[in-house]
Amino acid sequence: MEQVIVTVLLGFLAATAVAVIRIKNLFAIVMLFGVYSLLCASVFLIMDAGDVAFTEAAVGAGITTVLMLSTVALTGSAIRIDKGSDKRNKLMPLALVTLTGLALVWGTLDIPPYSDPAAPVHQHVAPRYIEDSPQEIGIPNMVASVLASYRGFDTLGEVAVVFTAGLGVLMLLGRKKRKDQNKS
Amino acid sequence: MTRDPVLKITAKFLIPLIMLFALYVQFHGEYSPGGGFQAGVIFASAIILYGLVFGVEAASAVLPMSFLIRQAAAGVLLYGGVGVVSMLLGGQFLNYNLLAADPVSGQHLGIILVELGVGLTVTAVMVIIFFVFADRNRP
Repeated sequence: MEQVIVTVLLGFLAATAVAVIRIKNLFAIVMLFGVYSLLCASVFLIMDAGDVAFTEAAVGAGITTVLMLSTVALTGSAIRIDKGSDKRNKLMPLALVTLTGLALVWGTLDIPPYSDPAAPVHQHVAPRYIEDSPQEIGIPNMVASVLASYRGFDTLGEVAVVFTAGLGVLMLLGRKKRKDQNKS
Repeated sequence: MTRDPVLKITAKFLIPLIMLFALYVQFHGEYSPGGGFQAGVIFASAIILYGLVFGVEAASAVLPMSFLIRQAAAGVLLYGGVGVVSMLLGGQFLNYNLLAADPVSGQHLGIILVELGVGLTVTAVMVIIFFVFADRNRP
């Protein structure tokens, strides 16, 4: 049953991706990106990654859509299509994409099966977190104890990145407002 | 800014619930999925919804830009401050064991404070970005 749901969701994902490529209206594309994020969140949820699904739904489908729409409101929602682009040779890009896709599929043959407990990724630090975090940290959500305590330094870096992003937007786009205030 | 009464009443009804849910995600992050990042984004989306429906001026009156910038900085400062305090108490940077009488409650306190810092910064930055973009849209 799970397999069926995942397959249907991945099919929707592929259909959304194709629609994003074919549609020429930026407003519709932004909305489709939101749909794409929500589908991703559903897939993560089925894979029991509740925290990741939560983040994907809140950030990907929520905030990103609003920010993209604000950007589209600044730029206008029509794509300028280069007339000459239809006449260019399309075989080379097609060959490149097919080769890359085949290489990626070939790469997945080495990946251990999904949720295999013997996979190398589950043998590194995960056993220590699972065995010791109830005594060391004592909170039920192990993701939170890894994120905020064991990997607290990384999360500090992430917060600094978010802060820097806000500063960057303010410095690049926040100037016009200051000029207006000086005038009035 | 919309004149649609349905949108206004729905937003008025939803915004407090969204904020309450954000606080739940923030302070319940140790027991269920969620934490500072998700809570911050959800709280910001409540304010952005208010801005979309009632106008950015109304939203700016609630949360002025000067306050948001300080809030964003305060979040990072709180996070780093927890690390510095744990160092001053004789431990390692961001090792919360010494923050309270026993290591486990120290970890609890540290995680709650750190997640609060994350939530403050993420909320403020998301709202800042929305306000700046919305401001550019006005002639």
